[in-house]
Amino acid sequence: MYQYDNIDQTIVNERVAQFRDQTLRYLSGKLTDDEFRPLRLQNGLYIQRHAPMLRVAIPYGLLSSKQLRKLADISDRFDRGYGHFSTRQNLQLNWPKLEETPDILEELSKVEMHAIQTSGNCIRNITTDQFAGVAPDEIIDPRAIAEILRQWSTFHPEFSLLPRKFKIAVSGSKQDRAIVQAHDIGLEFYYDKEKKMAIRVWVGGGLGRTPILGSIIREHLEWEHVLTYCEAIIRVYNLHGRRDNIYKARIKILVKALGIEEFKKQVEAEWSHLKNSPNTINENELKRVAKFFTSMPYEKLNDQDDAFDQAIQNNKAFASWVKRSVHPHKQKGYRAITLSLKPHGLAPGDATSAQMKIVADLADLYSFGELRVSHEQNLILADVKLKDIFNIWEKAKAHQLATPNIGLLTDIICCPGGDFCSLANAKSIPIATSIQEAFDDLDYLHDIGELELNISGCMNACGHHHIGHIGVLGVDKDGSEWYQVTIGGKQGNDASIGTVIGPSFAAEEMPGVVKKLIDVYIKHRNPEERFIDTVRRLGVNPFKEHVYA
Amino acid sequence: MLDSQLILNQSIIDDEWTFVALPNGNEEVKKQAGKVVLFKLTGESPPSELQINETVIPQNGKIILPLSVYLKNREALQSRLKNNEIALWLATHETLDEFIIIEKNINVFPLIAVFVERFQDGRIFSLGNLLRTRYQFKNTLRAFGDVLQDQLFYLKRSGFDSYLIKTGKDVHEALKALQSFSDPYQGAVDIKEPVWKRKVRS
Ligand code: HEM
Ligand code: SF4
Repeated sequence: MYQYDNIDQTIVNERVAQFRDQTLRYLSGKLTDDEFRPLRLQNGLYIQRHAPMLRVAIPYGLLSSKQLRKLADISDRFDRGYGHFSTRQNLQLNWPKLEETPDILEELSKVEMHAIQTSGNCIRNITTDQFAGVAPDEIIDPRAIAEILRQWSTFHPEFSLLPRKFKIAVSGSKQDRAIVQAHDIGLEFYYDKEKKMAIRVWVGGGLGRTPILGSIIREHLEWEHVLTYCEAIIRVYNLHGRRDNIYKARIKILVKALGIEEFKKQVEAEWSHLKNSPNTINENELKRVAKFFTSMPYEKLNDQDDAFDQAIQNNKAFASWVKRSVHPHKQKGYRAITLSLKPHGLAPGDATSAQMKIVADLADLYSFGELRVSHEQNLILADVKLKDIFNIWEKAKAHQLATPNIGLLTDIICCPGGDFCSLANAKSIPIATSIQEAFDDLDYLHDIGELELNISGCMNACGHHHIGHIGVLGVDKDGSEWYQVTIGGKQGNDASIGTVIGPSFAAEEMPGVVKKLIDVYIKHRNPEERFIDTVRRLGVNPFKEHVYA
Repeated sequence: MLDSQLILNQSIIDDEWTFVALPNGNEEVKKQAGKVVLFKLTGESPPSELQINETVIPQNGKIILPLSVYLKNREALQSRLKNNEIALWLATHETLDEFIIIEKNINVFPLIAVFVERFQDGRIFSLGNLLRTRYQFKNTLRAFGDVLQDQLFYLKRSGFDSYLIKTGKDVHEALKALQSFSDPYQGAVDIKEPVWKRKVRS
């Protein structure tokens, strides 16, 4: 993975000093709340319902075991011994003290980490596929460009106070796992006819209050120009995006208002000036960064292992976990493994410091000391030998990290909701846990098959409810908490936004509602058909009729 | 010590310029379809003809004029312009595409001052960049209005070299912020090349 040189380290150290000074000035009354707000947000510090919340950046979801141990230590020393992995591949601490955040940032800087631009109206953490570099369907490993984008976007002076937040995702695989269409800019890498790396550029996607899938602004961009092209897009947005109404301030609203053709015209006009300007990348720089992301020193192995096959034969629990949690790998004899942060009945995406330490140990023992965070809020060991999988399972199981539910109904994506978030209309964690408890029968769960259920506590959509096969949205009706249900949303190449099935439900009705949706699916599904495909084939009506019958 | 809030490059200096404001042009709210819309925040409402006409232009001294007032009085101001007495006041929503057709050489102005009403308005950075790179403005570029220490570094990188720090804020503290980061990553107006072109990196 990428390692800091003294230039990176100096920038992060100077940031810690800067934020320490800003925090002191705030605490001594020299900065007003309004003046301090964007400063703390650009360091990931929110003021929440009970306490501040600090969001730590995990660039493109990649972590070393050393970094994860540091996160565990920090959550012990400065928080309540746990952290929340978010849909944007970051880590959130729910109980830090404002006056201690500079110390937390200093601790992070010791392991080449920071909280820079994890919130605020600026370019946020760049996200990508959790299987980058190991997925068999990968065309181009997007991590080098992701790191180049990270450096370029860090304290980009022109884009430090945009109309609204700005999220960039990169993807280089056949199956999109980075949701490029739901980002302000999505960059999809491919090889063009000349066998040169090129980029398909999506713009104006985003969920939130007004969910919109992105449009293609450029089918073919030579990779050298990725930064200057992004600069052209973001400059047009910075100058013309709305600043009078925060609900209309995202780039998606500007793109919709102008139309993609006019927006593209303005971007291309801007780019004609920026093209080949100094931020243009070259082969050397790409190579320099790419060398941090070369393949691991794999052993030459067979793609089969007797002990592993036997364990599957003899142990049903192991077999059903393998079915869900073990993913194909480009290297023979290796697999990627997802450790579930969705044990039934606990807050999705949370990990205790003890669990973090265990995962760090597993990464050291079995996966070259590295791991990834997925936007589905789980942890991944990306380079595991077949013969080690059983050991990993046993250790993971002992620490509640091996629920065999990856990709299934109880692998719920869920925002912190009303338990923590001051913007919430309703709680989301109790809905997730009550659904998990209602579907605790593993055979049934596996029989239902692949299903993504996403929950957000308000229309800000931190839980990606619009693109859940089943989406649940917390709404407020006369001061009480209700839940609106959508079906038919999907992430990936054929992304779609779900359709609302009808009037909203009370919290206690929710497990029953999901059960009814599943009943309709089971009744009508064709062999091997997933829930989402049945919904697409039948439309929402049969589901709606049964739920409201 | 000087009793001034004005920074030029790395020093605090006295201000020899006088701002000429539009009279009472700041009608804050307008109703639209029953909703209160803060036009002033978006800066989208151009000054009225009346405001422009009623602006009193001092006969002597160095003055900073709003773009609209300058355009209206351009002919009459030519001799003072040659004496380096006229500077331009831009709002963050005033893009220069049309102006530049009329005033081909913006270096006739010894100073352009960009007014930022709320410090969160990051259009000022793009404007600075455009003035320096696209329109090749070589003279003093000043930020004024809600100008705070924590944005100075970004302003400097976007081509500004002069900052009128908001009244009540410590200008000496602010000076330090110009040095927040020693080696920024990306190329911008002040340091054109990105760090990987400036330094040997591992
Ligand atoms: C607890 C404190 C949090 C607050 C106050 C918060 C606030 C917000 C707000 C206001 C938005 C909407 C922005 C817009 O549409 O322009 C948003 C979007 C989003 N948040 Fe959060 N959030 C929080 C936590 C989280 C967490 C824990 C996650 C991950 C699980 C997350 C992931 C996201 C994502 C992915 C979006 C983007 C939706 C889009 O594409 O527009 N947020 N958040
Ligand atoms: S979706 Fe709403 S409730 Fe959930 S974390 Fe985001 S802002 Fe808070």
